Amino acid sequence: MASSASRTENTRPRRVSRFLTRARGVEAVAHGVAFLAASTIVAITALLVFELWINSALSRHKFGWDFLFTSTWDPISGQFGALPFIFGTVVTSALALLISVPLGVGAAIFLAELAPPKISDALTFCIELLAAVPSVIYGLIGIFVLIPALQTIVPPLKSVFGFLPIFSGPFYGVSIFSAGIVLAVMVVPFIISVSREILLAVPRDLREAALALGATRWESTWDVVVPFAKTGIVGSIFLSLARALGETMAVTMVIGNTPRIQASLLAPGYSIAAVIANEFREAAGDLYTSSLIELGLVLFALTIVINGAARLLILATTGKAAS
Amino acid sequence: MNLPSVNKGAASGEVGQRPPESAPKLKSTNLDFYYGTYKALQGISLSIHPNRVTAFIGPSGCGKSTFLRTLNRMYETVRHTRAEGEILLDGEDIFALEVSQLRRRVGMVFQRSNPFPKSIFENVAYGPRVNGTTRKADLQERVERSLRRSALWEEVKDKLHKSAYDLSGGQQQRLCIARALAVDPEVLLLDEPCSALDPIATAKIEDLLFQIKDSCTVVIVTHNMQQAARVADYTGFFLLGKMIEFDSTKVIFKTPSRKETEDYITGRFG
Repeated sequence: MASSASRTENTRPRRVSRFLTRARGVEAVAHGVAFLAASTIVAITALLVFELWINSALSRHKFGWDFLFTSTWDPISGQFGALPFIFGTVVTSALALLISVPLGVGAAIFLAELAPPKISDALTFCIELLAAVPSVIYGLIGIFVLIPALQTIVPPLKSVFGFLPIFSGPFYGVSIFSAGIVLAVMVVPFIISVSREILLAVPRDLREAALALGATRWESTWDVVVPFAKTGIVGSIFLSLARALGETMAVTMVIGNTPRIQASLLAPGYSIAAVIANEFREAAGDLYTSSLIELGLVLFALTIVINGAARLLILATTGKAAS
Repeated sequence: MNLPSVNKGAASGEVGQRPPESAPKLKSTNLDFYYGTYKALQGISLSIHPNRVTAFIGPSGCGKSTFLRTLNRMYETVRHTRAEGEILLDGEDIFALEVSQLRRRVGMVFQRSNPFPKSIFENVAYGPRVNGTTRKADLQERVERSLRRSALWEEVKDKLHKSAYDLSGGQQQRLCIARALAVDPEVLLLDEPCSALDPIATAKIEDLLFQIKDSCTVVIVTHNMQQAARVADYTGFFLLGKMIEFDSTKVIFKTPSRKETEDYITGRFG
């Protein structure tokens, strides 16, 4: 590249040629540095997958695809199936989103559109503080505050909705339900602060165009501003989903750490991240370790699949709006 | 330069140099406007005549857009703003009207075309919808009529359900005009509607203004003096928050009575 550049420059006056060569030199260096930085990210991801893949070979060869679809997790007899953990991870994350999305998006709309700016700024500061609280603290609050509270709330709830399978069975406190609520509280600050920024970035004249047609403030917010910000809001939700799927500490403190699939949300469960954190150090035998590593691979794949599906969903819905 | 075309568009009342003495559509009396403590408009008094095009010209920051935004109280979306004085719409105090009702009667088109993130049809149907039209046939009829009035119908009739963002800049701006016309406003305010458009798209919008003034009073802010000369029956010249001169366009451009107006028109500043 450099040689071809200097060859074409030979016909031009020397000073110009020198300047151009130098400029191209800087260009090449900047290009190289940026390329290196970008490829490092790709390399780290590839290395991660590669390591997980290699180190889970034992478990992959022994169980094959059955690893994903069996629910026995028995280190003593050497039987490992990932299904209860996949179930626990997906259900707690789904529950978290079910609670946090209406709450978070609603709060963001309030802060961006309705609240006076001073109140909005003060509340946003508090919300951003919440996002910085370490997850172990959320776990402790789950154990000492949430679970005792749930123990008084759940029995009346059961007496009304007890006929539903999801509210059947005894409630001991630690459960999928508790984990879902803790996760919801953890991710709601992300949804609020990102969605608020996106709503505030909607062009003012778009809002005014609706007002100029005689729309009320709420109509202009709901019909025009929120649809305009939709893609960004959905993005904030997936960011939260990624956090919920991978959250380890707070979940393991309240989920009950029981590798079983039960219809009731009130029953204890287990998540992928929690079982890896709890059992990796004590894993005796290569197969056990290898199975835990394969769980890591599964979590990685799950995150990619869910994020990919989410992106397709965004494309499909924005594509529909555009046609 | 294009002054003769003004005279064809303007109706009676040009000969005597005085505006016709019909009841004004909008009448502003001693209007002051503040951004916080900064006084942006000082004592604006003028009458806007029904079914005429009135243009406001003046250098950037002179207050012409601010004045336009008081006419439908759109300034209220900006915090720490305040208007003092009186504005009457058909003799009614606009500050006493319910604001969404006022804005339905006094529509607005913005500098940058700003279609909603919806289909072409839904953009135009939005205004009638929020004002209570729900029957599909009524909406369709209104959408078609508005798009015809803004001379866009022939270009979009086969793709009404495509996104409004698929249209060109000029088409988007005409869509915004159709959207504003769909609620049958009595007054249409346009805030530099052609500043981002090429000359052909600009010419289309100017033609449009001639047509819609039959059914609607048009007020346009422009930084383009030729545009004011081409489209307006009346022109007001603003400078530093004051209305320097307001008269028929012909008088403003041919025989202005104030030196500031003459300097601006002849390009000595601004």
